[in-house]
Amino acid sequence: MSAAESALLSIRDLKVYFDLGGGGPLDKLFGTNPVKRVVKAVDGVSIDIYKGETLGLVGESGCGKSTLGRAILRLIEPTEGHVFYQDRDLADLSSRQLREQRRHLQIIFQDPYASLNPRMTVGQIVGEPLETFRLARGREAEQRVQELLETVGLSKRFVKRYPHEFSGGQRQRIGIARALAVDPDFIVADEPISALDVSIQAQIMNLLEKLRREKNLTYLFISHDLRAIRHVSDRVAVMYLGKLVEIADAKTIYDEPLMPYTKALISAVPVPDPQVEAARQRIMLEGDVPSPINPPAGCRFHTRCPYAIEACREVVPQLVEIKPAHFAACIRISPAQPHIEDVPPGAAPGLDKEQKV
Amino acid sequence: MTIANGNLLEVKNLRTYFETEDGIVKAVDDISFQLERGETLGIVGESGSGKSVTNLSIIRLVPDPPGKIVSGEVIFNGSDLLLLPNEAIRKIRGRRIAMIFQDPMTSLNPFMKISRQLMEMTQLHLGHSKSQAYSHAIRMLETVGIPDARERADNYPHEFSGGMRQRVMIAMALSCEPELLIADEPTTALDVTIQAQILELIKKLKSETGTSVILITHDLGVVAGMTDHVIVMYAGKIFEQARTKELFALPGNPYTKGLLKSVPDPTALQGKLYQIPGLPPDVAHLKPGCPFAPRCDSAQDICRREFPPFVQLNADHYSLCHFAREVYSESGGATAAL
Repeated sequence: MSAAESALLSIRDLKVYFDLGGGGPLDKLFGTNPVKRVVKAVDGVSIDIYKGETLGLVGESGCGKSTLGRAILRLIEPTEGHVFYQDRDLADLSSRQLREQRRHLQIIFQDPYASLNPRMTVGQIVGEPLETFRLARGREAEQRVQELLETVGLSKRFVKRYPHEFSGGQRQRIGIARALAVDPDFIVADEPISALDVSIQAQIMNLLEKLRREKNLTYLFISHDLRAIRHVSDRVAVMYLGKLVEIADAKTIYDEPLMPYTKALISAVPVPDPQVEAARQRIMLEGDVPSPINPPAGCRFHTRCPYAIEACREVVPQLVEIKPAHFAACIRISPAQPHIEDVPPGAAPGLDKEQKV
Repeated sequence: MTIANGNLLEVKNLRTYFETEDGIVKAVDDISFQLERGETLGIVGESGSGKSVTNLSIIRLVPDPPGKIVSGEVIFNGSDLLLLPNEAIRKIRGRRIAMIFQDPMTSLNPFMKISRQLMEMTQLHLGHSKSQAYSHAIRMLETVGIPDARERADNYPHEFSGGMRQRVMIAMALSCEPELLIADEPTTALDVTIQAQILELIKKLKSETGTSVILITHDLGVVAGMTDHVIVMYAGKIFEQARTKELFALPGNPYTKGLLKSVPDPTALQGKLYQIPGLPPDVAHLKPGCPFAPRCDSAQDICRREFPPFVQLNADHYSLCHFAREVYSESGGATAAL
């Protein structure tokens, strides 16, 4: 991957496993769950997030995208791996040191109904981070809260109101104001528009974009909505069952996806144009996303992939720079033969570089 | 069956109001539309626009109290559903008009095997015996693409994924070969690759059985690919109705226009996304004039004063706007002399 200097955050081989139990001596004795069950929600993710960019992270439910976002901020403890921020490994920090770093790293949540304390006023919600990090107090803090509300397009008269008095879009604005209160460098936006109506989604996307320009922010924008991801992101990373399978800039990933899963994902997005829809040939994927508990061996997508060959069941494909700045994890393509449609049946030009796992 | 002028369903001047502490909410306020036999009608709108209440009214499932169908007619195959006794409407629900809801988790009974839930339908409506109903259930599960239908039939809903549950819902809805299928946000809870599967399935089954479909959704992309006609709802009113192609190409209402522009188009270049300013109105406290006026770019004085007329723009195209003709010709449409 590209040089680490311009990276604001460097994520290296990050893993988050959830142990579901089983396989212990008592389980063997009683015959319950004889096999140890582990959810590999994030399984060896490495990526750089560049300063000032919006990195879109897209995938279907259960692919681990939210877990990845939270593990970066250590809201979920990573099992293994590193997250480098300003030359420090966030994964190694003590909880006090980490708290200090959280000033720079914030999150906006999906559900604007659940992520605001119903018993706190808007002023208290947005003002709390100022107090926690001792950034302002008294009159100054009040002033700052009012400014923040105006920044996100809310009236400063709202400070004394409670969350239930607001609509979903307005609550999301409150959540954004709270994240901005500490003047962060980096914000994980975890499905920030999924719970909102179409006309409000556009408002929030535009607001996030405006704030990024004005405050020089960097975003990790997590969403299952490919149209939104395409719109807000500079680069897009596609995730499937705990692994990144393709990374490229937003336009390229839509116009020329390389990895079969990305191709199917993009072809499944409905386009708001009846003529385009009528003319389209969709790549239909068979079946469901497999369970992340003991996921398929080899390429995790092989169970649904129309191009899968025998080797795909055994070899775990690595992310390879197939075209300049365009990475894909698929053994059936290579820099010399980037288009899977042109690869002869059964051939795996990317295979010799792989390691058997 | 009587085929009156080719329409399976005619909704006339339907009003459904809810009594709340806040006052009377006119969830659906004087709407009329038709559904031709064999066609798919899309109803688009944001939350609170009245799209779901419209359909609950058609099958008389509006919770009463607080809801009440205040006036109107729902002519289904020549008879007014709103005048039928409860016993008669129960025979139509599920048999001739079937429904699929958004959330397949909550619309299946968690304590009953899938097979039993499917069997109930045909035993009740078609008088199937147990064994007839069972083999029919298996056949339906196969039709909707449940792998190993024979074995999976005796599973419970929690053993199915979201997409599979929605397939079961579709199997159930279609098991009595209804004339009308109402699908209320059938793919909203599903992932995009599963959404594509389910929409394809609905399309395929529709072309095989000739069922008419009402598809309620907030996703303009889904409407574009699935429907013949579209109704756009806002604040309990129909703001625009047209053939799907015409609506997308030549919108005649500022709200529709705004909605179309505010959806990011993955095939287009990036740029600032158009946004409709403000918030959807509180339908309990509507001001006189056009409900969309406070958010409309081109609102004039008259829009804030007077309720807009429902203007006919073309053979099949209507728009609720004082300036419908202007908006339509701005989109490039030529109003026929009507």
